[in-house]
Amino acid sequence: MACNVELLSKIAAGDGHGENSSYFDGWKAYDMDSFDLHHNPKGVIQMGLAENQMSLDLIEEWSMNHPEASICTVHGASHFKRIANFQDYHGLPEFRQAMAKFMGQVRGGKATFDPDRILMSGGATGAQDTLAFCLANPGEAYLVPTPYYPAFDRDCCWRSGVKLLPIECHSSNDFTLTKEALVAAYDDARSKGIRVKGILITNPSNPLGTIMDRGTLAMLATFATDHRVHLICDEIYAGTVFAQPEFVSIAEVIERDVPGCNKDLIHIVYSLSKDFGFPGFRVGVIYSYNDAVVACARKMSSFGLVSSQTQYFLAKMLSDEEFMGRFLRESARRLAARHERFTSGLREVGIGCLRGNAGLFSWMDLRGMLHEKTPQAELELWRVIIHKVKLNVSPGTSFHCSEPGWFRVCHANMDDETMEVALDRIRRFVRQHQHQKAKAERWAAMGQLRLSMPRRGGAAASHLALSSPMALLSPQSPMVHAAS
Amino acid sequence: MGGKLLLLDASPEAPPPLSQVATSGAHGEDSPYFAGWKAYDQDPYHVIFNPSGVIQMGLAENQVSFDLLEGYLREHPEAAGWGGAGAGAGSGVASFRDNALFQDYHGLKAFRKAMASFMEKIRGGKARFDPDRIVLTAGATAANELLTFILANPGDALLIPTPYYPGFDRDLRWRTGVNIVPVHCDSANGFQVTVAALQAAYEEADAAGMRVRGVLLTNPSNPLGTTVKRSVLEDVLDFVARKNIHLISDEIYSGSVFTAPDLVSVAELVESRARRGDSGIAERVHIVYSLSKDMGLPGFRVGVVYSYSDAVVTTARRMSSFTLVSSQTQKTLAAMLSDAAFADAYIRTNRERLRERHDHIVAGLARAGVPCLRGNAGLFVWMDMRRRLDEATVAGELRLWDRMLHEVKLNISPGSSCHCSEPGWFRVCFANMSLATLDVALARMSRFLHKWNKYNNTARTALEK
Repeated sequence: MACNVELLSKIAAGDGHGENSSYFDGWKAYDMDSFDLHHNPKGVIQMGLAENQMSLDLIEEWSMNHPEASICTVHGASHFKRIANFQDYHGLPEFRQAMAKFMGQVRGGKATFDPDRILMSGGATGAQDTLAFCLANPGEAYLVPTPYYPAFDRDCCWRSGVKLLPIECHSSNDFTLTKEALVAAYDDARSKGIRVKGILITNPSNPLGTIMDRGTLAMLATFATDHRVHLICDEIYAGTVFAQPEFVSIAEVIERDVPGCNKDLIHIVYSLSKDFGFPGFRVGVIYSYNDAVVACARKMSSFGLVSSQTQYFLAKMLSDEEFMGRFLRESARRLAARHERFTSGLREVGIGCLRGNAGLFSWMDLRGMLHEKTPQAELELWRVIIHKVKLNVSPGTSFHCSEPGWFRVCHANMDDETMEVALDRIRRFVRQHQHQKAKAERWAAMGQLRLSMPRRGGAAASHLALSSPMALLSPQSPMVHAAS
Repeated sequence: MGGKLLLLDASPEAPPPLSQVATSGAHGEDSPYFAGWKAYDQDPYHVIFNPSGVIQMGLAENQVSFDLLEGYLREHPEAAGWGGAGAGAGSGVASFRDNALFQDYHGLKAFRKAMASFMEKIRGGKARFDPDRIVLTAGATAANELLTFILANPGDALLIPTPYYPGFDRDLRWRTGVNIVPVHCDSANGFQVTVAALQAAYEEADAAGMRVRGVLLTNPSNPLGTTVKRSVLEDVLDFVARKNIHLISDEIYSGSVFTAPDLVSVAELVESRARRGDSGIAERVHIVYSLSKDMGLPGFRVGVVYSYSDAVVTTARRMSSFTLVSSQTQKTLAAMLSDAAFADAYIRTNRERLRERHDHIVAGLARAGVPCLRGNAGLFVWMDMRRRLDEATVAGELRLWDRMLHEVKLNISPGSSCHCSEPGWFRVCFANMSLATLDVALARMSRFLHKWNKYNNTARTALEK
């Protein structure tokens, strides 16, 4: 019985939670028919989840060799009471120190971090929500380069009321953020009376899998300073850079390249969810160069502190510098190998990806497979990929990409065998598509003389027609009938 | 080249703008509640190294039962480790890898089942909890804020009986923009909330142009240390139904009821009303819980939103993305809490120890001539120092509090920081220190009051002469 009290807040009643986005539709298909190499080999393979499963065995081994890192074992039990009781929002000093050192290590020692500027949050998700509350008022905006991580719409906007406005980036320059595009977006916001409070970048980029070059970072720091807008840098994938060029963090740029920039505007978001594969541990970090933001975000961290049990474990692990060095190197090597296997597998059938050197995914170019260059056509192709090819990939439109035809494909969340099955399915799909397309082109060239359905082998022919992606894309097209 | 830049509206030298939320004082840390903590931080008591330091009696922590938890972990190493098959029967999580990857905002099923069962045990089986209505958050702090975001818009109001937990001022108002309108209670009836007081608060909110969205009760009460009477709960339920608003019942201290009367949880009333044919009330009712007090695990950040409304459960679950419980912690506690024998023994033993501690401090204060509100729950007593105020005002109370902090060296919490409308009451915590330290505190109180009595008797005698 729904009574009037069902009336909830505007935040609750709206769809700011973001789950109505197409980003999640593929997940539903996966949930209903999940691939398993042995038990459900025809199921949907999850390639829409940017998880890092490549190197957890190394952590597992470390954990077994270091029982003292767990307060629940006999080796760590003497710390149980102190740790279980510890709820200070400053965080365990040893955790902050280890995290600061590790963040420097991930950046090749090219930047140093002050443990007292490290604040905790409920994952990077919580970090963005907290920063939005600190930096902007409801109705104010961040500018964010497209394509971007879909959940930013929820994380930055849902509770805070902040808006995200796109800075359009294009494949013509590999989706690099240009000053022209930034200025255009900034001016556009201002002309609409929207106050821009910040610029949000993800570096390395999700979904592109590329890193931002030093010049662009310097440009951003300068622009931020000149216009008094904050620069929020989500560096959650900093430890997943597996090939040249080397990662450049905003931390490095503001110390070395643009030392005159206003550091009070610079804030970094970090997490262990991607570099380590620990999304369950909810370890989010806000690192701010602004003292007032540090003080405020620290108080707000009460709403999303990291479990002291987890802080304690990580303090021990992250401060094992030798292991961390080995882990980062080995993880990079495995990510590189996986990336190479995937992208070369795609190249075999003429599918290209944006040239990436980081992240847990590739930005796959299927523009050639669209029957027209529209978001609708992209979504139609995507539905074919989910339901016929049985791969949950993420369509570029869900990342607010302005060019249809790009897809983010995650490949670090599965074992080698599953990767091969996925590649195999893609190859077969693409070859089929190319075959259909070639046939259709031949027919088109010869003129369309035969428009009726064939009488012989009708069932088989129509099966072929239906299983062809062309059929679903344009069922009324005479080319479908001609495919038999 | 490039686009035209529009004029800036402020000089580049001005500090960069933050939000209004960031620059307001609504984080609440300027209250005296926190000033005492600072004094303690600067001069903390230690039996050997600083025996004249400040004794912390302003922190409602439960340190009396850690040995029980440690004992469990010693006897059940599989709960602690990540060994393959030994990772706890039915936990559904076999290994480090699976656990580290698990970020589903539904939470580990085994953990939710364990929490539901623990909440049932605490209530003596008088109410059932459905694991699928349990939403996990990083502590009750997050749970209360989450519910406020879900049930109220900025500018709306929640009615909260006084005295109440000072942290609510931040947790419920700071980032949400929601207001708290106090429901005044006083010692005449043991600070029980009345319908008249609720109505008065409702009208006050209304007159101020605030839309009331709900009532928030803490049961057992912080700072009173008492359980809410069944008849009062029924009245509150009737009130929220009449006004078409919500009820949030913060039952964070439900496991620390150590003397009769037993806890009456709103869950019990929802069920009994449903049996009588009134199932509409359920969707208005939302319960907050946490393991920070009953189990003494505030560091682990385990909070619960339990709602009888499907829409609230769904929304809360989605919003919990900002504040999930570490999967490592969920796994450890799932094993512990689903061990029925352990849970039963823990609840029973913890209650007994709290009762002993409570009785000890009440007796000690009584000997020093200080009465307390008769309490049956919680980790603190509500101490009556009204007779010792130089004047019956908040200023008088704060002067006495200042003397307690700087002369007697006890950090206790003044009633005014809990929005108590009667000056002279103080919350004194007893479960966050050893018995020996508690005795030191009681001795200091005794000496202080002995001197106070002597001084006042002398003064009175002087006046009479």
